[in-house]
Amino acid sequence: MAIDSQPQVPQEPVQSPQTLFQQLDRYKGRAGATYSLLPFRFLALDATRFLLTNFTGELLVLPKEVVRLFVHHRLPIHSDIYYRLKSRHFLIDGDSTVPVDLLAAKYRTKQAALSQFTSLFMLVTTLRCNQSCVYCQVSGRSENEHRFDMTEPVADAAVDFMFRSPSSLIKVEFQGGEPLLHFDLVKHIVRSVEQRNASAHRDIEFVIATNLSRLTEEVIHFCRDHNVYFSTSLDGPCDLHNRNRPSFGHGSYKDVVSGIRRVQDTLGPQRISALMTSTRASLQRPREIVDEYVHQGFSSIVLRTLHPYGRAAVLGTGIGYSIDEWLQFYREALRYILELNSQGIVLREATAVLLLRKILTPWATRYVDLQSPAGIGIAGIVINYDGNVYCSDEARMLAEMGDQKFLMGDILSDQYKGIMLSEALLSPLEETLTECMPQCSDCGIQPYCGSDPVRHYRSQGDMVGFKPASDFCKMHLGLVKHLVRLLEDEPAAAKILRTWI
Amino acid sequence: MLKLYGQSVVSWDGDPFVARLTTDCNRPLAVREQEVLLLANEADCYPEGFRAYVTARERLGNTLAYRPRVLPLPALMGYLTDGDVVHIAPRSGQIHVLYRRHSTANTIFVTGRCNCRCIMCPQPPKPTGEEEHWAPMWLAAIPLMAQDTLELGISGGEPTLVPDDLLEILAACRGHLPHTAVQVLSNGRMFNYMSLCRNITCINHPDLMFGIPIYSDLPYVHDYIVQAENAFDQTVRGIMNLRRYGQRVEVRVVLLRQNVERLPDIAYFIARNLPFVEHVALMGLEPMGYAAASWHDIWVDPADYQAPLEAAVECLTAHRIPVSIYNHQLCVLNRSLWPLAKKSISDWKNEYLGTCQTCGVRANCGGFFASARRRHSKAIHVI
Repeated sequence: MAIDSQPQVPQEPVQSPQTLFQQLDRYKGRAGATYSLLPFRFLALDATRFLLTNFTGELLVLPKEVVRLFVHHRLPIHSDIYYRLKSRHFLIDGDSTVPVDLLAAKYRTKQAALSQFTSLFMLVTTLRCNQSCVYCQVSGRSENEHRFDMTEPVADAAVDFMFRSPSSLIKVEFQGGEPLLHFDLVKHIVRSVEQRNASAHRDIEFVIATNLSRLTEEVIHFCRDHNVYFSTSLDGPCDLHNRNRPSFGHGSYKDVVSGIRRVQDTLGPQRISALMTSTRASLQRPREIVDEYVHQGFSSIVLRTLHPYGRAAVLGTGIGYSIDEWLQFYREALRYILELNSQGIVLREATAVLLLRKILTPWATRYVDLQSPAGIGIAGIVINYDGNVYCSDEARMLAEMGDQKFLMGDILSDQYKGIMLSEALLSPLEETLTECMPQCSDCGIQPYCGSDPVRHYRSQGDMVGFKPASDFCKMHLGLVKHLVRLLEDEPAAAKILRTWI
Repeated sequence: MLKLYGQSVVSWDGDPFVARLTTDCNRPLAVREQEVLLLANEADCYPEGFRAYVTARERLGNTLAYRPRVLPLPALMGYLTDGDVVHIAPRSGQIHVLYRRHSTANTIFVTGRCNCRCIMCPQPPKPTGEEEHWAPMWLAAIPLMAQDTLELGISGGEPTLVPDDLLEILAACRGHLPHTAVQVLSNGRMFNYMSLCRNITCINHPDLMFGIPIYSDLPYVHDYIVQAENAFDQTVRGIMNLRRYGQRVEVRVVLLRQNVERLPDIAYFIARNLPFVEHVALMGLEPMGYAAASWHDIWVDPADYQAPLEAAVECLTAHRIPVSIYNHQLCVLNRSLWPLAKKSISDWKNEYLGTCQTCGVRANCGGFFASARRRHSKAIHVI
């Protein structure tokens, strides 16, 4: 085992580098004279540029004439743009075969949420509510109508149901109505889930969607001890919030901000998040709304449109607007949020965060609304107070309006298998693969978008829908194009947005 | 630069051996056979039973001069101390330092051969055909290393070219040094073979990481830099295979003229295609070996690539991939990059310039390769 030479002290090469090494051109040449296109989609970003995406979400924005050269195989090999297209897997040449393996791995990564299956369980603990929001999507019942409460047998069956899902994460979201009006049941469910999980070992998250008006000492203590998160609604400054969310007798603003403070102070700022729903009155006030969130100590805001269900669907309420009007509002609000960020104030807009993750990262996102196939049932599921199982929150809102189209079954009388394999889930699911849906399949933002069969069924009477007339489509196109323009054209904004992922 | 190899003036007839150094004359007899006694300067004793005796004295006193197995330490090796492990070839009087007890830069060199010939290789590979077999030496050394050793490198040459040796060494590390983090530096090409990934995984080492280079997002540029056809494809597939087996991977990017311009693209490529890597190291050149010979073709003054370096760091950071900058002096880096600059140059070849003596940030600065004393940025200045 003699070693007679020293491994750690290198020797100078005897030959000169010129004779020792092959020249760069030798390796460069193997790319060949031409290239093949890899699958991609495109969309006009503006008059002069196309947005190109591939099925793993890689994105490039290129001048239209460059894209024309590219698709006609006339792009000069070894040009800068050629390298960008090659590096992001829009084309392949004789240089390497590994892009195919990488695309496969990236596609698998992007679709990883599918193998997790259902992880979000929305439990409608009661339909009763002590507020009467102008846009209420379920038309809550008055406080003493106890027949709209979930019963313990339904809750127990719901807990059994959750643990049938193979997902490593189980997120339980208490919905209403106002779940704090039926807090005993919330406690019961939390305890049963914890008990089950002592042997099941899933990651468990509890969230309670509440207006915080009944936030008692008992609720705070329980939520602290059982790691329950709060999600609330804050629509903006006092007058706007009160107008949107009247409480019987007085406005709800005072209750919600004092509740927010209490949760932040006693449980920590990360334990509560809020979202705002835009009404016509909101559209003129983007800055004030954003300021309200900063003022209340939030680091995240969700800017939402109205959904066409419940009271919001009733014509003549005067709260509605067009998607174009809303997008205008969104752009202004986002601009202001970016301005605040550039001054060192941390505030992220959650819809932008979601879309940026889809655009800029290779990872899968779990958000139910933007999936292909849709996340209905297989990502999130709703168990109503009466034991009815629906494939999405919108589906139960539709049911409250009298249409049981998306009723998957009854938690008490039907088996897990029967519910998950019901026609009410499978047939809409089949119609939600944007990869092969008319118009979506050719759309440049396909990898960032999804489909909402319930919403299209509600607004167009068809689960696939006619996209040029679809608000869902218009909104997401508007959002993605806006974000891509910011990323491409505004370096200061892009720098901030890139940190949001 | 620390001298890790020396030749003594004294030799005797005996087979080469590996032993641990001790300064304690009263060591239990049971372990003396695997230890070499390091005699203090004034000591004039000769306790029986040690494998050999070394002394820093230039001349041996009467007591020692006529005793067997006594070796005067070659010049500049007086730093050797308790717990260090050496390889001694008695017939030629050669001493190699295999392990230093108080260093975090210990590396096991498994082979001198390589299947790449990187244009900036600081340690050019041994020609094939020149067979060597270093594993038995390391297998003898590993049990002598201290159990509380924090980290250990395994390198070459290309360690995967001798897969059986590599596997044996990893198994020995797991057995004898279960608390030591092990990093294998490899070009990753051989991990194309699933069997190698599987066999490594079977060893079940508790703290193992593979450091693998990707020099470009363009395959032909990478292949040119490593001077091997298909190396990029093999390395990328190798990294994916390691991932399949749950192995941890760090990507290492050496910055040179041929790739600095595309540094942000390389970062994006890694973030997008290999997002599971645990760490990315962006590394300055070491002007030794081939790098020294082709210095003018490959070197870019770090002061001239701060913009792409910053963009690359921003991309990786946004993707939550931890990133470090190796082998750069603080004074040539933009301040925003300082928190990422690591003191990465192995202690035995780490030096500073005369100018550095008055520098206010010297304590936090990684300094220079000993070989870079005359080959460094024009931007070097006192802070």
